[in-house]
Amino acid sequence: MTAAASDVAARLTDFVAALRAHGIRIGTGETVDAGRAVAALGLADRERLREGLAATLLHGTGQRPVFDPVFDLYFPRGVGAPEERPADRDDLRDRLAKALTANDTALMGRLAGEAVDGFGGYGSSPASDGWSSYQTLDRLRPQTLLARVRDDIRAQGGTSGFADRLLDDEIRRRIEAFRAMVATEARRRVAERRGRDEIARRAVAPTADRVDFLYAGRDRVAELRRTVQPLARKLATRLAARRRRAARGTIDLRRTLRGSLSTGGVPMRPVLRRRRPARPELVLLCDVSGSVSGFSDFTMLLVQALHDQFSKVRVFAFVNRIDEVTGLLRHGVADPQGLGARIQTEATLTRWHGSSDYGVALGEFAEHYADALGPRTTVFVLGDARTNMSDPNLPAVRDIAERARRVYWLNPEPRTLWGTGDSAAPEYAGVVAMHECRNVRQLGDLIARLLPV
Amino acid sequence: MFTSVDEVSARLAETGYLASPAVATTVFLADRLGKPLLVEGPAGVGKTELAKAVATIAGAELIRLQCYEGVDESRALYEWNHAKQLLRITAGRDETWDETRTDIFSAEFLLPRPLLTAIRGDTPKVLLIDETDKADVEVEGLLLEVLSDFQVTVPELGTVTATRRPFVVLTSNASRELSEALRRRCLFLHIGFPDEELERRIVRLKVPDLDEALAASVVRVVGALRAMDLRKVPSVAETVDWARTLLALGADTLDETVVQASLGVLLKHQDDVLKAAAKLDLDAV
Repeated sequence: MTAAASDVAARLTDFVAALRAHGIRIGTGETVDAGRAVAALGLADRERLREGLAATLLHGTGQRPVFDPVFDLYFPRGVGAPEERPADRDDLRDRLAKALTANDTALMGRLAGEAVDGFGGYGSSPASDGWSSYQTLDRLRPQTLLARVRDDIRAQGGTSGFADRLLDDEIRRRIEAFRAMVATEARRRVAERRGRDEIARRAVAPTADRVDFLYAGRDRVAELRRTVQPLARKLATRLAARRRRAARGTIDLRRTLRGSLSTGGVPMRPVLRRRRPARPELVLLCDVSGSVSGFSDFTMLLVQALHDQFSKVRVFAFVNRIDEVTGLLRHGVADPQGLGARIQTEATLTRWHGSSDYGVALGEFAEHYADALGPRTTVFVLGDARTNMSDPNLPAVRDIAERARRVYWLNPEPRTLWGTGDSAAPEYAGVVAMHECRNVRQLGDLIARLLPV
Repeated sequence: MFTSVDEVSARLAETGYLASPAVATTVFLADRLGKPLLVEGPAGVGKTELAKAVATIAGAELIRLQCYEGVDESRALYEWNHAKQLLRITAGRDETWDETRTDIFSAEFLLPRPLLTAIRGDTPKVLLIDETDKADVEVEGLLLEVLSDFQVTVPELGTVTATRRPFVVLTSNASRELSEALRRRCLFLHIGFPDEELERRIVRLKVPDLDEALAASVVRVVGALRAMDLRKVPSVAETVDWARTLLALGADTLDETVVQASLGVLLKHQDDVLKAAAKLDLDAV
């Protein structure tokens, strides 16, 4: 093997290791395929290399958001600083406006490099310096170019009539793309200094199914919502398969013996006990106060998408009062974004203050909605069990647990935080089974495991 | 089959399939590495068309296995022609049982189904396994043997191994998660919506009579719709349909009335139509 080839091989295996560290499962066979792909494609065209590696290493669409930034780190567009020295800010903004007007992505990429080089550096000692995309964008303010770019495009007569009203959104998307380029460039520059492996481990956002519910930003929440339908489909097939298996059931001795009369008492044909096709009833109790509302929203949507798996679903939302929101949810599926807001405005969830109070809410549920519980109901409580120092009202939970068939508590906080501060998690966990449920992957696993057949 | 990625794009374009760099690169690799190609993506972005285009380029026979719930071995691999076997038995009354038995399980009485057809013979073939996610899990097991070794075992005849590997394309809409084992055997390609420039070229190619400026507006409106949070966003097939509709309506430019009248071509749910109308400032539809 020549020196260059072994260098590429080492780069490739490092790259694969970084992807594995992010939970993408890649076998040796795929790595070998990737090597063959690199040999077939060559290193000259970066985008081809990217697509070739993606084709050989990935197995699903959801992995792509992790793959792309890691690829940018290991196979960067360039090394070191751009050759042209950055001019002043106004000049750069001028050129950026031109690039945005023409929608020239290659030029935007080069400008992102110059911008980070010119405005992104901070610190002066080797230990504390770095490159910041935040600082770059703060100085460059590409979003303020909108009006100018719009005027430029109009002046060129590039648009007319109806499509004109789309212009603003289009320019906004281009600016957003430029911001992403700046972030990539800053990450690459930092990686050059600090070592690629560390940056790949820390700075690349996780795949949607591993995003922590509690810390998901607004755009990640939107991304999460898009995973509801596929996840629901996956769970539905899994549940159906489990139901099929369970339906095979046990041998019905009485009917087997009766059938054996015709064969002189030899049981030729075992008869299986048929199960009643009883679908479980489900009750959700969701904390929708600020801190955990993302988690509750997501779970409500998921359960709604799974509704045909249950004979009955009732959903209750609470902050410090509880109210039934089953009806709201039914309409909410078409508009998941407005769901949280609608629940907050249309249901009575708070009195006097806006912080959650599990004790009062659970007590109210046990008192007013006891008819929702029965021997076939499974109850899921969703919340972080932070009661703001008020009485956790354990008897109410015990009461619910006695009336329902099963009660599970899904807690979006990491297990290590249970019991810290005002968390009543350990107390509740003593009464009902509590599970840590921090991301979509865990939620999917829990639902598949916990739901009754 | 190909010497470079550029050649793939050029020859796909000749058949009327405009490929993005991702598509061209992956097709090139699938050919070079001799691996099946698993194509995922929303409906109507040209997954099936890709297989057809590759078949056209290679001058290959396109063999299609359309998957559905309940497709099984006898539909996918082979069946014995029972009627013909019975005729054969009736015709040879005075034969011994051994003679008849060896005879009725010969190639003559075999009805090859798509998978077996694809690996038999020396002519170039493209095997399209369409909507793999619609098939039951058992069928995936069947595919594993075929796709990793390109061989099929018929108990009475022995193992048939491909002398010439077919180019295999599997498509999926991801309505069911395909097994990890199957994914490992394939190159993975996600075809998403094309970028603006490519889509404009596609529209111009499929609807050549459409005015260039109008085509650009069409693509921009579709792009704006895709950025909205709709239940079913329009895909390339719908863009082309819409372009054809506009041509048939004799529209020279896009204006509110035209868009309003023809939004149904792009959007398939009433909620989506209402939402899009509101976002695009159309008056009540």
